[in-house]
Amino acid sequence: MTPRARRIARFLARRLAQGVALLLCIAVLDFALLHAVPGDAADAIAGEAGTADPGYVATLRHQLGLDQPLPVQLGLYLGRLAQGNFGYSFRYGQSVASLILERLPATLLLMAASIGFAVAASLVLGTLSARFANRWPDRLITLVTLFFYATPLFWFGLMAIVLFGVHLGWLPTGGMYDVARPRTGLAFALDVARHLVLPAFTQACFFLAIYTRLVRTSMLQAYGSDYVRFARAKGVGELRIALRHVLRNALTPLVTMVGLNLGTLLGGAVLTETVFSWPGIGRLMYDAVFQRDVNLLLSILVLGSVIVIVANLLVDMLYAALTPAVELR
Amino acid sequence: MTALLEVDGLRVAVNGGAVVLDDLSFSVARGETLAIVGESGCGKSVTSLAIMRLLPPALRLTGGAIRFDGADLATVSPTRMRDLRGRRIGMIFQEPMTSLNPGLRVGEQIAEVLRIHEGLSRAAAWRRAVELLDHVRIPDPARRAMEYPHRLSGGQRQRVVIAAAIACRPDLIIADEPTTALDVTVQAQVLELLKSLQREIGSAVILITHNLGVVAQTADRVMVMYAGRKVEEGAVAAIFDDPRHPYTSGLLRATPDPTRPRPARGVLHEIPGMVPRLGARASGCAFRPRCARAVPRCAEGVPPLLATNSGLAACLFAQEGAAA
Ligand SMILES: Nc1ncnc2c1ncn2[C@@H]1O[C@H](COP(=O)(O)OP(=O)(O)O)[C@@H](O)[C@H]1O
Ligand SMILES: [Mg+2]
Repeated sequence: MTPRARRIARFLARRLAQGVALLLCIAVLDFALLHAVPGDAADAIAGEAGTADPGYVATLRHQLGLDQPLPVQLGLYLGRLAQGNFGYSFRYGQSVASLILERLPATLLLMAASIGFAVAASLVLGTLSARFANRWPDRLITLVTLFFYATPLFWFGLMAIVLFGVHLGWLPTGGMYDVARPRTGLAFALDVARHLVLPAFTQACFFLAIYTRLVRTSMLQAYGSDYVRFARAKGVGELRIALRHVLRNALTPLVTMVGLNLGTLLGGAVLTETVFSWPGIGRLMYDAVFQRDVNLLLSILVLGSVIVIVANLLVDMLYAALTPAVELR
Repeated sequence: MTALLEVDGLRVAVNGGAVVLDDLSFSVARGETLAIVGESGCGKSVTSLAIMRLLPPALRLTGGAIRFDGADLATVSPTRMRDLRGRRIGMIFQEPMTSLNPGLRVGEQIAEVLRIHEGLSRAAAWRRAVELLDHVRIPDPARRAMEYPHRLSGGQRQRVVIAAAIACRPDLIIADEPTTALDVTVQAQVLELLKSLQREIGSAVILITHNLGVVAQTADRVMVMYAGRKVEEGAVAAIFDDPRHPYTSGLLRATPDPTRPRPARGVLHEIPGMVPRLGARASGCAFRPRCARAVPRCAEGVPPLLATNSGLAACLFAQEGAAA
């Protein structure tokens, strides 16, 4: 192994250990939080069934294992979690794992699309802003991004639905695909893409605003740097300067910021998916809250932490690759 | 013999405002070393950036000609200028710590010049880059070429910058305070390297510095600048012997230099006052407020450059013997 490979392996091992410890803390904390809330699944099911018969509720509670002391429940839960067993959702009559797995791709697709859109658009807008710093294109972009930044996500989503879906009728306003159509081939992919536009854009707006400002600042800094002046003094052309010397260095703060935002983005998915009835885990989580499906909710929260931890690890490695002066530690 | 570089009446101003360089003229012959000296803020860096056509956006070239080997750099197309930069004119900046791109291997930053100007393949350019690193006396160059700048010391980074600047054997090297940011011992080594490379390639050098000791060791001629103008110019030995502008004598008196006869050895004199801010320059002779010899007549217009025994000096009393 080269020293670099060894460093990376050591880094990964340490981060993995940290991640597991962190997950354990999160699982315990989530468990405690959810059990601090009055009412449980038995109450919810009984309430829906329209009975308040204490005997029925007690039986239900016993069936669901909710009559055990809390520490025992926690121990059982953690034990199952360690085996990769997320348990069973009585509401859906399905194992939690399969339920989540079914919904996960939709959420990942939405996240990837909105991050991808926010990053791509912010690179374009931020570069324009920097090139025309303090002139009208810059001011216009600043104004628009400020608007994106200050507007609540759900309002944005609703307005987008009203404008593009209802008034103009250009885009579907809910769901992930047209149920009436066959779910195969390019036509299906296009259909999903059309359904994706509004939620992804809505979800991206806030981040787009932050990223654009960030790109603008770091571009300005890079263009004013000594190393760009030196590159020019070597006779390097503008295109090469932009691609080789500026973009790379301007990208690092963006990568950091995207990493920090991943958790927020996952949280935002609850709102976006609810507004656009997107069949992802955000929507699933929303439903689980109202149905007191504690087991499902816990699993989603833990899984969300796993996604954020893994994504942050990837971002750290990308950051280290972009910034040689930062060694993985 | 015609000069390699002939700067004629160069003017640079802040966009729509204060004048930074005023009617600056000088020339550099092939193979010669011209030192430009003066306190901070006198316009030395702006002069070098104007020649490279790399002025910061806030500054504008407002007049004059910069003739380099037949072409007027003040008016050539950006494409032509880009072709000259790095190939026929190499530039070394003051800050080795920030001149190199932190995200690129140092070998690449040298190879880049060769790929652009000599159309070398990636592999060939890399081989040349390693040779150049060896040439600027960086030990273990093949391994060093793979490093990123943060792994190199200031002196080594400046050697990398020098290697990139001389990669195409330019006719002119502009070095803007190349050693100011370095440790004293490293300074001497880097200057020595620069001198030997110059001898080998036969380039002319414009060496910007405020260290008169460096001037004495390396330059053929010296140009003294004050507040954006040339105030004295001539052969180094002659000027150091017999400065005719009070500013030059002030600088010399403020420099500890055992090679130079000084009346009161061991005593260093400071020039009173400071370089004026842009737009706050005195009428007439800009040095007047700090000059012991100033008389009312000094305020009546910028003193012309007068011929002296040592060269040219822009002082009314330049022809009346040694400046006080
Ligand atoms: N980017 C800039 N914008 C405005 N003024 C500048 C800029 N760069 C330099 N100047 C002004 O030009 C003058 C000369 O600066 P400079 O050439 O850097 O001096 P030095 O002789 O120390 O190299 C200074 O008064 C400085 O304020
Ligand atoms: Mg300077």
